[in-house]
Amino acid sequence: MQDIFYKSASELSELLEKKELSSVELTKAMIERTKSVDEKVAAFNSFDEADALAQAESSDARRAAGEAKGALDGIPVGIKDNMAVYGQPLTCSSKMLEKFVSPYDATSIEKLKTQGAVLWGRLNLDEYAMGSSCENSAFKSTSNPWNLDCVPGGSSGGSAAAVAAGEAVFALGSDTGGSIRQPAAHCGIVGVKPTYGRVSRFGLAAFASSLDQIGPMTRNVKDAAMLLQAISCHDERDSTSYKISTPDFVKALEDQRGHKWTLGLPKEYFANAESTPAMEPVLKAIEFYKSLGCEIKEVSLPHTDYAVATYYIIATAEASSNLARYDGIRYTHRAEKFDAKDSVDIYCQSRAEGFGEEVKRRIILGTYVLSSGYYDAYYLKAQKVRTLIRQDFENAFKEVDALLTPTSPTPAFKKGEKASDPLSMYLSDIYTISANLAGVPGMSLPCGYSDGLPVGLQILGKPFKEDEMLSIANEFEAAHEFKDQHPSL
Amino acid sequence: MEYEAVIGLEVHVQIKAESKIFSRVRAGYGHEPNTLVDPVVMGLPGALPVMNKAALDGIIKAGLALNCTIPDYCKWDRKNYFYPDSPNNYQITQYDQPICDGGSVEIEMPGHNRGEMGEHKEIKLTRIHLENDVGKLNHFSEDSLVDYNRAFTSLMEIVSEPDMHSGEEAFAFLTAIRQTMIYCGISDCDMEKGQMRADANISVRPVGQKELGQKIELKNLNSITGVKNGIEYEIKRQTRELKKGNTIKQATWRWNAELGQTEMMREKEDAHDYRYFPDPDLMPVKIDDEWRNRLRDEIPELPWNKQRRFLEEYSLPYSITSVLVPDRELSDWFESAAKQSPKSAQAIGNLVVNDLLRELGEAGQVLRDCKITPDSLLGLVQVVEKGTIPKNVANKDVFPEMFKSGETAEQVIERKGLKPDFDEDQVKVWCQEAIDENPKPVQNYKDGNEKALNALLGPVMKKSRGKANPQLVNKLIRELID
Repeated sequence: MQDIFYKSASELSELLEKKELSSVELTKAMIERTKSVDEKVAAFNSFDEADALAQAESSDARRAAGEAKGALDGIPVGIKDNMAVYGQPLTCSSKMLEKFVSPYDATSIEKLKTQGAVLWGRLNLDEYAMGSSCENSAFKSTSNPWNLDCVPGGSSGGSAAAVAAGEAVFALGSDTGGSIRQPAAHCGIVGVKPTYGRVSRFGLAAFASSLDQIGPMTRNVKDAAMLLQAISCHDERDSTSYKISTPDFVKALEDQRGHKWTLGLPKEYFANAESTPAMEPVLKAIEFYKSLGCEIKEVSLPHTDYAVATYYIIATAEASSNLARYDGIRYTHRAEKFDAKDSVDIYCQSRAEGFGEEVKRRIILGTYVLSSGYYDAYYLKAQKVRTLIRQDFENAFKEVDALLTPTSPTPAFKKGEKASDPLSMYLSDIYTISANLAGVPGMSLPCGYSDGLPVGLQILGKPFKEDEMLSIANEFEAAHEFKDQHPSL
Repeated sequence: MEYEAVIGLEVHVQIKAESKIFSRVRAGYGHEPNTLVDPVVMGLPGALPVMNKAALDGIIKAGLALNCTIPDYCKWDRKNYFYPDSPNNYQITQYDQPICDGGSVEIEMPGHNRGEMGEHKEIKLTRIHLENDVGKLNHFSEDSLVDYNRAFTSLMEIVSEPDMHSGEEAFAFLTAIRQTMIYCGISDCDMEKGQMRADANISVRPVGQKELGQKIELKNLNSITGVKNGIEYEIKRQTRELKKGNTIKQATWRWNAELGQTEMMREKEDAHDYRYFPDPDLMPVKIDDEWRNRLRDEIPELPWNKQRRFLEEYSLPYSITSVLVPDRELSDWFESAAKQSPKSAQAIGNLVVNDLLRELGEAGQVLRDCKITPDSLLGLVQVVEKGTIPKNVANKDVFPEMFKSGETAEQVIERKGLKPDFDEDQVKVWCQEAIDENPKPVQNYKDGNEKALNALLGPVMKKSRGKANPQLVNKLIRELID
């Protein structure tokens, strides 16, 4: 029998329902697995064994009483450490919030709780979700389970590594410029960034409010559909959450089987195919879709070249303001020594000590682009380019159902390789950030290997057509065995 | 050289609403520190603002009442600055697209004496916008503590043009805004509770000069009188400086009400860069005619319009309207009696502003709790008009009883036996007696001294044990003599 910790959520759900497995057994298996491998993987910032087991016991009690709450009841789900869970630490992997315990639940967390999921652990990330390698965490550098010398990607590197290593059945990540999809690609799992507005941001510590989305990170497409369905909603506590009903994503996978999709290849993404190490498996995947009878069309997203620059202006501008609340006054780290006569000195000392290098770099950049005299040249211009990028996608989607691209130019890189070169780190998000600027959904799906490391295929869908995007992914997954391949730890 | 002052005011008014502007937490004053808070108000990680529609209704109503244009579209911006009373270290406000554009405030200057209405003027507004209020810092010897109860209360900022020239105008401007807000139920504008706060920009220039002089900002104006006194002091100070040949430096000053003088807080700092940008957490607001009209319909008759109407429809003297009109409830109370008998309006008005207010004050009551009704007050005026009892008896003996017990005038008159137990013929008899007993004043009257007959009034009143109606007595005496 396959190890219990690598079973999919849908399989586990069935076992729980048939009472062949209890949530306590399952949760204990997760705890044991985590204890045995997390020394190497370092995906968890913290976990609360007793709390997880208590949740599992309640789930089993519910089930015994015939009151199970649905497919997720009793299944452990890992949570990126930038989402609020009542009574649990919320560190954002920052010294600033090292001692902060959340007094409230994020909407997504509340939804998981009402569906009986077992919230399992706090997963590492780049500090405040700023980074692509998890090396910007103030606490630990998570390792890629496929090669412990490599990064898991970021910023949701802890979530990706935990799911890949069998330390969680699945997990929630957040994606501002690729922070779900890029680590999913690097760790050989499925990661979905929903359409902006599909999932409430309430309770997600904001990095860049107009770009952030919470999404599922799973070992297969069906689990992603399940988890996405569980967290999607219109939320009155988030004014940017969209008033739209949530389709049955799991059922759509069956309903849309065998559909002949029209798939677009944005030519700008394939311009440097020869020099892109992760390209070969992606091109094979495209051949596969052709063989299914899907129409493959070249399309153009002409403003692609400006995406990285635009992103780093808008994201840092919003971040500089969003992170101003971490000031040493109320609940954050406060420097021990400061000039008590001068509140500015509390801010300066506390923020100097509490924030890491990358966070400071982005706050400074964002402060600069919003400054009077520079606002028009940077922020306003970037917003205009953002509109053009969005229009690029609108035009492309007049011709095709979805776009296929690589998720990342390279497979996971070595730890330390890019740590001192922020610009090359920023460029590792080159294929993923446009989706955030345009607000469209995107996902990464394991499609092969390069030098023994997983490579991801990115699928970008029409706004609020995650069902189609997932169905397209499902066709590929069903015909390949990547979902059943796991790193040896 | 003659100098003139130019004054602009920035008035912050809290909008009265159950909950705060971007959170569902209750808004209030005087609670235990940091009890009216939630993740949004404390600026916790992950908290998001959500617009409170009641605050939008309040400011749109205020804008309509102050003659502003309400554009179809407004948006929210972040004003970034660090201060411990600001939970997010940015304020959500409106930078370039406020919810109310332009506008004007009608003000009334003081008249030459209390009974005379002063000049009415129009002060132009630049804009009114909506923003969140901040918390309150309390400084102690060793440290400072922050109370976030006030943070995220709905706050509107009314910005005037530099359109005023004296402390008296500023006083009248704030008074008019306050009355309008109270009339519309938008705010109670209690300055002691911080519901209304004002900062003034004051500059002085030689008369005839077009350009404005260097302005200073005056803060800590904690009452409407404080605004007047602070501005007057500052105008004198700046004029004195200019006359000495000194220049005014851009700076922020504060009014010290105890010492009655202004004090410099800080010289011009580097102009603050607030790095305004559109708040990505909030959607812009679209306002249509249906919304505007619904709120316009909720606006009651505004104070100055009511004053004009009272002066005209009821021929009230200014001294009565000036007491009635600033108090919406009192003037409505008055009118529900007066409109039933417009010719009695002045008598009703007198009873309201003199007797009713006095009794309320002495009893420590408010109008809404008082036992006397507009109808029963009108009843009292009418028994006097009918001549049943004289006015002095009505005011002195009947009204206080009605106020205490809630009885009608008739009930009080009946119970206290105030109704005369004689008829007009009897009064006539007493009048004739008085004429016969006092030939001298009668002769004086016949010689042309109108006032001489007053001497007969006393004896008749005495004969009637004070119950005869003096007007009737006067009339009868004249008839008997003539």
